[in-house]
Amino acid sequence: MSKFAYLSVLLGCLVGTAWLEFFLRTKVYRRAVRLILTILPVVVVFSIWDAYAIAQGHWTFDPRYVTGITTVANIPLDEILFFIVIPICAILSFEAVRSARNWEAGDEETK
Amino acid sequence: MTYTQLAVLGVLIAIVLDLYVFKTKLLRRRVFWVSYSIVIFFQLVTNGILTGFGIVEYDGAAIIGSTTPQNEPPTFIGDGRLVYAPIEDLLFGFSLVLLSLIIWIWLGKKGIQREPMAGPPRKSVHRFLGIK
Repeated sequence: MSKFAYLSVLLGCLVGTAWLEFFLRTKVYRRAVRLILTILPVVVVFSIWDAYAIAQGHWTFDPRYVTGITTVANIPLDEILFFIVIPICAILSFEAVRSARNWEAGDEETK
Repeated sequence: MTYTQLAVLGVLIAIVLDLYVFKTKLLRRRVFWVSYSIVIFFQLVTNGILTGFGIVEYDGAAIIGSTTPQNEPPTFIGDGRLVYAPIEDLLFGFSLVLLSLIIWIWLGKKGIQREPMAGPPRKSVHRFLGIK
């Protein structure tokens, strides 16, 4: 356990889902513009929630296990990365299920 | 507001955004519920690590359960917790995942990198996925 404990969990999430892009051809990273446009508002909204929760003391971070780098409103860098990594993993899982089962997801070309 | 209140509010807002604002209607799709069940399993694992080792600690005044104890892990199941994490985290995770997918699908509907669509899976994983 170290200052990189939190980051290691996030890295594990990225590594654990990366194979989907290749084997299920999720094409999520390949659609990088759409991915970035998705993540940006999510990071903003959840950072506001995080900032409030940190200010109110809803949750705290053990300084031994986070990088110690803080961004705006006392939000640890680790948390910002969480709000980037988890949406990526969720979208990869979603597109993987769609790829495997060929189910409609609502963004198909309307005929 | 407490974390409990905010977590419930977050879920309600995400539901309204999906059904009535962006009209992505993911909550009515099988692909959402199947992928969300996969996500929730891995959320329990990764969040269990974050909360079980005390990387993130919670104030009992903000959650249903009690404050994360010092020098020992919180309750595994019980005291408002599931796999060490406050059950509020499940609601937090639900709104995080749903909001991400709402925006992703909404952008696709708008034609922003709709293509290339996902799939098909590589032949090498067909057996694993039960594809004939």
